[in-house]
Amino acid sequence: MALIRRKKAPGSENQGTSDVKITDDDNKKNKKPIQKNKRWTCLDNCCWFIGCICVSWWLLLFSFNAMPASFPQFVTEAITGPWPDPPGVKVSKEGLFAKHPVVFVPGIVTGGLELWEGHNCTEGLFRKRLWGGTFGEVYKRPLCWAEHMSLDNETGMDPPGVRVRPVTGLVAADYFAAGYFVWAVLIANLARIGYEEKNMYMASYDWRLSFQNTEVRDQTLSRIKSNIELMVATSGGKKAVIIPHSMGVLYFLHFMKWVEAPAPMGGGGGPDWCAKHIKTVVNIGGPFLGVPKSVPGLLSAEVRDIAVLRAVAPGVLDKDLFRFQMMLQHVMKMTRTWDSTMSMLPKGGDTIWGGLDWSPEEDYCQNRRNQNHNDTKNPASHEKNSNYGRIISFGQEAADAAALELKRIDFRDAIKGRTVANSSCQEVWTEYHEMGYGGIDAAVEYKVYTADEVVELLEFVAPKMMARGSAHFSYGIAENLNDPKYDHYKYWSNPLETKLPNAPDMEIYTMYGVGIPTERAYVYKLTHSAECTIPFQIDTSADRVDSCLTDGVFTVDGDETVPALSAGFMCAKGWRGKTRFNPSGIKTYIREYNHAPPATFLEGRGTQSGAHVDIMGNFALIEDILRVAAGATGEELGGDIIYSDILKWSEKINLNL
Amino acid sequence: MPVIRRKNAPETETPEASDAEDDKKSKLPERKSKDKKWSCIDTCCWLVGCICVLWWFLLFSYNAMPASFPQFVTEAITGPLPDPPGVKVLKEGLKVKHPVVFVPGIVTGGLELWEGEECTEGLFRKRLWGGTFGEVYKRPLCWMYHMSLDNETGLDPPGVRVRPVTGLVAADYFAAGYFVWAVLINNLARLGYEEKNMYMASYDWRLSFQNTEVRDQTLSRIKSNIELMVATSGGKKAVIIPHSMGVLYFLHFMKWVETPAPVGGGGGPNWCAKHLKAVMNIGGPFLGVPKSVPGLFSAEVRDIAVARALAPGILDKDLFRLQMMLQHVMKLTRTWDSTMSMIPKGGDTIWGGLDWSPEEGYYPGKRNQNNETQTPDQSEEANHANYGRMISFGQEAANIAVAELKRIDFRDAVKGKNVANSSCSDVWTEYQEIGYSGINAVAEYKVYTADEIVELLQFVAPKMMARGSAHFSYGIADNLDDPKYDHHKYWSNPLETKLPNAPEMEIFTMYGVGIPTERAYVYGLTHSAECHIPFQIDCSADCAESCLAGGVYTVDGDETVPTLSAGYMCAKGWRGKTRFNPSGIKTYVREYDHAPPATLLEGRGTQSGAHVDIMGNFALIEDILRVAAGATGEELGGDQIYSDILKWSDKINLRL
Repeated sequence: MALIRRKKAPGSENQGTSDVKITDDDNKKNKKPIQKNKRWTCLDNCCWFIGCICVSWWLLLFSFNAMPASFPQFVTEAITGPWPDPPGVKVSKEGLFAKHPVVFVPGIVTGGLELWEGHNCTEGLFRKRLWGGTFGEVYKRPLCWAEHMSLDNETGMDPPGVRVRPVTGLVAADYFAAGYFVWAVLIANLARIGYEEKNMYMASYDWRLSFQNTEVRDQTLSRIKSNIELMVATSGGKKAVIIPHSMGVLYFLHFMKWVEAPAPMGGGGGPDWCAKHIKTVVNIGGPFLGVPKSVPGLLSAEVRDIAVLRAVAPGVLDKDLFRFQMMLQHVMKMTRTWDSTMSMLPKGGDTIWGGLDWSPEEDYCQNRRNQNHNDTKNPASHEKNSNYGRIISFGQEAADAAALELKRIDFRDAIKGRTVANSSCQEVWTEYHEMGYGGIDAAVEYKVYTADEVVELLEFVAPKMMARGSAHFSYGIAENLNDPKYDHYKYWSNPLETKLPNAPDMEIYTMYGVGIPTERAYVYKLTHSAECTIPFQIDTSADRVDSCLTDGVFTVDGDETVPALSAGFMCAKGWRGKTRFNPSGIKTYIREYNHAPPATFLEGRGTQSGAHVDIMGNFALIEDILRVAAGATGEELGGDIIYSDILKWSEKINLNL
Repeated sequence: MPVIRRKNAPETETPEASDAEDDKKSKLPERKSKDKKWSCIDTCCWLVGCICVLWWFLLFSYNAMPASFPQFVTEAITGPLPDPPGVKVLKEGLKVKHPVVFVPGIVTGGLELWEGEECTEGLFRKRLWGGTFGEVYKRPLCWMYHMSLDNETGLDPPGVRVRPVTGLVAADYFAAGYFVWAVLINNLARLGYEEKNMYMASYDWRLSFQNTEVRDQTLSRIKSNIELMVATSGGKKAVIIPHSMGVLYFLHFMKWVETPAPVGGGGGPNWCAKHLKAVMNIGGPFLGVPKSVPGLFSAEVRDIAVARALAPGILDKDLFRLQMMLQHVMKLTRTWDSTMSMIPKGGDTIWGGLDWSPEEGYYPGKRNQNNETQTPDQSEEANHANYGRMISFGQEAANIAVAELKRIDFRDAVKGKNVANSSCSDVWTEYQEIGYSGINAVAEYKVYTADEIVELLQFVAPKMMARGSAHFSYGIADNLDDPKYDHHKYWSNPLETKLPNAPEMEIFTMYGVGIPTERAYVYGLTHSAECHIPFQIDCSADCAESCLAGGVYTVDGDETVPTLSAGYMCAKGWRGKTRFNPSGIKTYVREYDHAPPATLLEGRGTQSGAHVDIMGNFALIEDILRVAAGATGEELGGDQIYSDILKWSDKINLRL
C-alpha cells in the first residue's frame, strides 16, 4: 500500500484514503492541470535542487539577521564561561576618561589604497580600493591590478597616468579586509572612554613609497604634523599619544627627525617640537632593527608560507601548473618597485645580528629544548647552536659548518653574464636575467651571508632596486652621530644612525608579542628548473629535528614576523638611560605580551594573542594603551614586563652607547 | 486504480525522453522521479529555483557587461554625450591649481554613532544618517532618540554621541547611488585633484553653527586644514565651495576665523584675504528659505501636503500612523538648532509686506512665453499673488486687500492647557501648551509676513525659539559697527555682518532657476484628533491662473531656495562697495536654467537646476573647474542671469 500511495497521481484528488497532508497540494495541482502533463526532467530537477538550496539559504540568512547581535557572545559564554570585560569598559569603570589625543600610524600592507587615476582597464574603479577591502579586482583583472599597484622603477613614484593614493580617515586601516580587524578593536575601546574622531587621527600614508617620498608626493608628513598640532591645540594643550604599528614605527622615527629638521628637507617645527607635542610613543611590534623576513622577500619573493607550500605539494609548484612561478615573478616585480620594503632590511649588520660564529640568540634553541625535556635533561648535549648570524646559507651544510671550515669564494667581483636573458623573461623585470649563470653561481659559492653581507648580496643581484633604496634607507651603525652627513633623510628611520629628539618628558614604549617562532635565518638552494624562474629558493628539505631549523628556516622567539631582538633591543639597551642615541634620556619601557592562542575558535583571533597583527586585539595591550591615553605614565603602568631573554641577548651585543 | 496507472508511466515516456538532447542526463533524474512526487513544496522549490537561476543569469550578465555599456546605449539613442567637463577642461590644458574645500549643506552630510544606548548594539561607527537608512526601519524609535538633540542645550543627550562622518565620503553620496558631491569630485580628479588638495568640511548639521566648534572644534579643524592645504600647495589660496546651508555655515566661519579667541578662531583680520581665493556658493539660502517655516510650524513640506491632497483618507484617518509619525518628525527636527538658521531673514524689507513683495507679478513660464502674444496688464491684475503674506489662514485672507483684512493680535492671547493630556505630552511639540485659545488666536491673526513669522514661531514654540535666538538672528543691521554685532549669533546673517576685508577675494552665487519654488503658504486649522499638530497646509487652496497650487504659492527658484534669497546679496547687497561689503569684494551671479533630463537614461540630468541635482550640472561644474584652475570671475564671463533677480532686487528698499 505504501508504495502505491507514494506513486499516487497528482490528479487523484478524490481518493478516499486519508493522506491529509497531500490534499492541500493536490488542490493546488488541480488548478494547474498543465502540470499533469509536465514531466520531471533534468532541468526541473536542477531547478528544484537550486530552489531548495535557495530557500534554506534564505531561512538561514533570515534567522541569522533576526538573531540578536549578542547571541554569539551568549553561546561563547555558555561554553567558556563569562568573558572578561573589554578593556574599555574595565578602564572606564575605574573612572578613566579621554585625555590625550591619539594618533595611529599603520604599518606596511595594512593601510588601504584607492585609485584616483588609471588606465582604461580600471574603468569604474575611481576612488575604489585597490588594496584592502575585498581585493575583488585582484581576481577580476590581475594584470591591470599589478600594473597599477606597481611604482616606477627609477623614481619610486607612480608611473605616468596612474595615481593610487592612501585612503584617509579611520577607515584607512580599521579593518584590512572584511572582518579582519587591525585598529578597529583598539578604536572601539578608546571610544568607550570618550574618544571620537576629533581626538583620534589615523596617520595613513602610502606604505609603498619610501618615507621621504610620502612627503614629496602627498605631503603626508606635513599633514601629520598639522593634525597633531591641531589636536593638541583643541584638546587644551594636552600632548599626543602616538601609536605606531609595525613599519609605522620606522615611519614615525622618520617623522620625529623630519619634523625638527629645518625646511625644505624637514618640517621646520623647531628643535623642541616633539617635546611640545608628544607625550608618548607606544610602538607596537616595531621592527626597529629590521626584519629578517624581508630578505627572502626581496631575494626570491617568498616567505615561509610559500616555501612550506612548496614542500607540501612539490609537484604543483615546481611544474608550474597554475603558472605559480609566473605569479611569484609578477609579485616580485611589483614588490621590488616598493621602496618601503627596503626599510625593513636588517640594520646594524654583524654587530646586532651576529657573525659567522656567533649571534645574540645563539643559545635560544638549546634553552628551549632543555625546558621542554627538563626531566631527561642531558647537559652534556653537544648539539651545535643554531648559527643565526648566517642569515642566508646555501645548503644546510654551510649553515652548520664551523667558521673555519667554510670555503667561500668572493662573489663581489664575479662577472655577470647575459646567458640567461631571453626576451620572454624580460617582460617580468626581476633583474635576475641580467646576472646570468655566472653571477648566480658566484652568489651561491659565497655560501654564507651575514647581515652585513646580505645587503651586499642584494646589491649584487638587484643593483637597480638597491640603488633606489640606498637613496632612502641606510643599514649601518653611526660612528659619530654628530657627523653632518647624518642630517640626510636616508638615516632618519634607522635608530642606530639617529639621535632621539630632545624631549626628556617623552616616553617610548615598545610593545610586542613573544612566544611564537619567528623567522631569523634561511637555508637556500639553487634551482635551474626553468629558464625564467627565480634562480634561488628556500631549501625546504633542510630540517633538523632538535633545533629551530624547519623547512629551511631558522626560527627564534618573536611575534611571528619581528624577532624579539629587533623589537626590543633599542628600548632594552640602545636607548635605555642617557646614551648617545638618546641624549636627553627619554624613558623607555618594554612591554612584552606572551602569546596564548585563542582557546576556542569562537574567540576569533583571540584576546591574548601575541602575533604581529593579532596583538592589536590583545586585551592586556589595549588596556595599557588606554591607561596611557588617559594620562598614566610608564611607572604607573608597572614599568617593564619581560618574558623573553631580550635583556640577556642585548647584553651580548657589543655596541658603543 | 486507473489513476495509479496513469501516473505510473515512465516506460511509455522513455521514447519521448530520447528526443531530448542528452539521453543519459535525462534518464538519471527520471529514475529518481519515479518514486518522487510532484508535490506543492517541490513546485515551490522548482519555481524558486527557476527564479534564482534567472536572477543569477541576469546578475552575471550585468556584471560581465562592460561599464561603458549604459553610456553606449544612451549614445545610440540620444546621440553622443558631451564630454564631461573634466575632460573638456583638461583638453584645454587646465590643471590643478588652487586647493578646494567643500562645505556640505543640511541633511546631505553623513552622521555616525560613537556612543549610544543599548538598543544601538552593533551600530558603533555605523551611519545613522546617510547610506542605507536601514536602522530607521529596523528600530525607528531608537533611531529617533539618537538623532534628537537635547531640548535645552541643543547638544547631544547624555550617553549619546552622534558625530559627523569625516573625509570625502561624508557627503559624496547621500544614499546609495544618490550623488551629492561625487560628480564634482570626479571631474576635479580629472584635472589632477586628489585628497591632499580637496577637503570636505563636514560638520554636524544638526547643531547651531557655533556649537559645532564648542562640541567638535569643527571650525578650528576647517581653519587648520585650509591653512595646511594652502601651505602645501605652495601658497595658492583655497577655493571654497559651500552648498545649501553650508553657505551660511561658511559665512559664519569667515567671521569666526577673524574674530579673536576665545569666541573666534583668532586668525587675525586678514586671514580670509590670505587664504581664500573665491567662495563659490551653490544654491545658497543667504536670506533664508520659506520652506523652513512650514517645516518648523507644522512639520510638513509641500510633498506631504500634496500626498494628503491625493489620498486624504489615508492621512487624515491616521492609518499608518502618519500623523503620529509627523509629530515624531517634528519633535526630532525641532531639536535641531540648525533648522532655525534658514528662517527668512530681513523681514518685510526683503520678503515683502501685506501688500507688496519683490517678486509680485511673477508667474511661471513668464520668461519662456515672452515672445508669445499675451495681455500682460490683464494677467498682472489676475495673478497678483501676495507673496509677502508668507502664511495666510484661509485662501480668502491670502487674496484679500489690505484694508479689508481684520486681524486680531495673537501676541497677548492667553495660552490654555486644555489640549494637554498625558498621551500627547510624550511627543514634545509644545502645541499642547498653547491650548485651544492659543491656537485660535493664531488663526485669527489671519496673515503673517516675514517679520511676523518669527513672532509666530516664538508664540507657538517658545522653547525652541529661545534656543534658536541665542544662535541666529533674522534682522537687518542699522549700524554694522555696533559692538553687539560681534556676537556669534549674527555671523550667519549677511544682513547683519560685514564681509571680511579681502579685496582680492571673489564671491560667486550659483543657483538653478526655472523651477517653481515654495514662497508662501495657505494654512488651515485641523481639530480632527487630540494629539495632532493643529495646523495644516490647506491643500484645497488652489488657483488655476496664479502660482497657488495645493496651498502653496510658488515663485522662480531651484525648488528649495527662491531666486531672491540665493541671488539678492550678490546682485545688490554686496555689489560694489556697500556697507555690507566694505572692501568691495567682487560678486558674480551665475544662474543655470533648469532643463529636466531628456530621457530616463540620463539619470538626474546634466543640465538640472534643482537644489541638489545642480551638483551634477555640467555647466556649473565647468565653471568651478575653471575657477579652481585659476580663472577669475571676469574670465568666466561675469554674470549669467536668466531670472528677474535684478529687477526684484531693485524693488527692495535696503540702505546699502
